[in-house]
Amino acid sequence: MNRKALSAAFPVTVPVLMGYLAIGMAFGFMLQAIGYNFIWAFFMSLTIYAGSGQYLGVTLLSTAAGLGTVALMTLLINFRHLVYGLSMLEKFRGMGWRKFYMIFSLTDETYALLASAQAPVGVDPKSFYFAIALLDQSYWILGSVIGAVAGALIPVDTTGIDFAMTALFVVIAVDQWKAYRKHLPALLGGAVTIVFLLILGQVFGQQQMLIVSLGVIVLLLLVLREKLEEKEGETTC
Amino acid sequence: MLTTAGAIASIAVMAVVTFLTRALPFLLFDRGTAPPKLILYLGRVLPPAIIAMLIIYCLKDLSFAQAGDWLPQLISVGAVVALHLWRHNNLLSIFGGTILYMILVQAVFV
Repeated sequence: MNRKALSAAFPVTVPVLMGYLAIGMAFGFMLQAIGYNFIWAFFMSLTIYAGSGQYLGVTLLSTAAGLGTVALMTLLINFRHLVYGLSMLEKFRGMGWRKFYMIFSLTDETYALLASAQAPVGVDPKSFYFAIALLDQSYWILGSVIGAVAGALIPVDTTGIDFAMTALFVVIAVDQWKAYRKHLPALLGGAVTIVFLLILGQVFGQQQMLIVSLGVIVLLLLVLREKLEEKEGETTC
Repeated sequence: MLTTAGAIASIAVMAVVTFLTRALPFLLFDRGTAPPKLILYLGRVLPPAIIAMLIIYCLKDLSFAQAGDWLPQLISVGAVVALHLWRHNNLLSIFGGTILYMILVQAVFV
């Protein structure tokens, strides 16, 4: 890590600094509210390092979900990372040991920066990308620890703070809605989940029905492939 | 509440699964072979379907027995959508909606 790359990367990461401090603080605050202090916040942000994934983690910890459910929910929320990785194959090539960290730290925000940022003349691009990734995670860890400490010090009624996770998903959904030309996948996902999770889940158990919902969604999307592909093909790669 | 060991196990599972989802494209397609069309198709259409699924999952405990059990959620989701369409600011939308929800469940629909 050289200072030249760090000082070139810092200005690029300032928007993420603002965002991660705020969202990280809310995460730490929620985590403290369910009884896990800043040490837990620190280690979760160090080892998991995923915004929406850790929000979900708060819910999973507070409901004492089984490990199978934890694995499935984490897989679902991170599925979109598959697409990020595909478009970073070229960029991370030849980064040696740092590639491992680049893959680990590929969050939505870091992805967005890496997809657009250009290394200034005279700065090694690989070091520049690595510095961006490293700075972003340090903001995230800092924010979550501050949030957890603040949560322990400030005695506020945190009832309802878990809505932050719902709000985060709604924001992602609105962005996706605008980016996609075809809205059938989103509508399908919502409708199938309402039928299977909310209605049949009362009878067969919600955790089981969550997996069934996912299966039915994938199946329906495969059946509808021809119809969806021709429409979506114009807008994406 | 989970035991300390149970919580550590949950966090470890989250960390490993998160890393694997990020690493999968590199493990499968870094040899220069183009990803199969089917994978690319699912990679494009699944994320919006899954996010819709997760929103419903978040709202699964909603009940229509009394106004306080569903109106705060409905109003706050509406507020998040409206805020986000208006200002396009992630933080404003998330925190605005959450603070509104907290006020609704703590002070309005008690």
